[in-house]
Amino acid sequence: MADQQFEPKIVGFLCRWCSYTGADLAGTSRMQYPSNLAGIRVMCSGRVDPTFVVKALKEGADGVLIAGCHPGDCHYSEGNYKAMRRHPMLVNLLEQFGVARQRVRLEWISASEGKRFAEVVTEFTEQIRALGPLNWNQRVQAECEMV
Amino acid sequence: MAKPKVAFYWCASCGGCEETVVDLAEDILKVVDAVDIALWPVAIDTKLKNVQAWEPGEVTVAFINGAIRTSEQFEWVKLLREKCPLVIAFGSCAHIGGIPGLANDTTRDEIFANKYHRSPTVVNTDQITPQEQTTVDSYDLKLPKFWKDVKTLDQVIDVDYYLPGCPPPPDLIAAAVGAILEGKLPAKGAVLAPEKALCDTCPRNDTKPDELTITEFKRVATSTPDPEKCFLADGFLCMGPATRSGCGERCINGNMPCRGCFGPTPDAIDPGLKILAAVASRGEADNEDDAKTLADSLVDPVGTLYRFGLPASMLKRSVATERAQP
Repeated sequence: MADQQFEPKIVGFLCRWCSYTGADLAGTSRMQYPSNLAGIRVMCSGRVDPTFVVKALKEGADGVLIAGCHPGDCHYSEGNYKAMRRHPMLVNLLEQFGVARQRVRLEWISASEGKRFAEVVTEFTEQIRALGPLNWNQRVQAECEMV
Repeated sequence: MAKPKVAFYWCASCGGCEETVVDLAEDILKVVDAVDIALWPVAIDTKLKNVQAWEPGEVTVAFINGAIRTSEQFEWVKLLREKCPLVIAFGSCAHIGGIPGLANDTTRDEIFANKYHRSPTVVNTDQITPQEQTTVDSYDLKLPKFWKDVKTLDQVIDVDYYLPGCPPPPDLIAAAVGAILEGKLPAKGAVLAPEKALCDTCPRNDTKPDELTITEFKRVATSTPDPEKCFLADGFLCMGPATRSGCGERCINGNMPCRGCFGPTPDAIDPGLKILAAVASRGEADNEDDAKTLADSLVDPVGTLYRFGLPASMLKRSVATERAQP
């Protein structure tokens, strides 16, 4: 990577019942993981509208993590299945639109999986670091006529 | 009293919007009774200098169709904006970008390479690509600049009203012209069409099950939709839930799912992503592999979800430089 100084900016939409609690557990257990992820607590991974993901990427995020309860464990019984069905379609759309599909990741992290949360964030941060900055707005501006 | 004057102009469009004016048939005579047409390139030979000579306000309203792709289109619409108190974006292309707006999923370089070099039907032995300026036999020849992207009309000039549709249906045009003549226009910026979603007026609404389930996405190119059934229930992606009504359900009645030419309802921030969220979550897939198979059955997601509205959407323009070049 030419840009040695690049620190990925990652937005994490974390479900209130499992993954956000898992992140809390990672914290209270004093696990070390990169500080690149800005976590946003949502009620359910099924609440993560694709517009949230696109807005995050447009406004400067290099990657987006959507994390929810394991299939079968959703507090609202099937919200995470909705997230699971939307994710491949959204990354297909983004890929056709020029955004690498690896930039949007879906993971299942339970409230007891603090270690797994730390591992996912570490791995995803390195993955995004390898992809380099997205710079959505700058790239789009460069291909738009200024009026 | 002198009749009010109107102007029609076209930009990046197919000519279908002019056709819809002709489709008023004998009612066109009523239009001509009520107004004078001062500019209509498809039918009347009016030069740029004639328009430049108009007194401001002399021509009351400009109906502009087509998206904006070239510097020449921009010059014309800027001039019409200066001269006309009312500017109406006429049709999908001016309103939300339309079919020409799909070019925002590629770049100008790719378009030129395909059009002038790669296309199998092109013989271009000298490898000539059009230039904005060139000298031939000591004559300086100029072409308008082909912009890097396609823009909606309101991305380049101030627009007063929008008449949606590909093309706008005659009843909405007649209602808009009537409202202008009677001075009964709504607040500036309004889309002159109903606000409800197409599903609301769809003749097939009764066949939409309460619990919609989608097992795969079919294409009209390879399968025929059931002529009675809700398209979504039949597995065809229909933009009806996020698209304005008022079109007269012409596609539905022709056994074609809605492609979204009327643009989003006021509440749909980005109709493509909204439809994606809605239909994907109704998919029949309980594991990640099935979800992937279902998603992959939707061929060409950008062209399907943004067939008419890419330049006006949140996505607007591809992040092309991150894409591996073919």
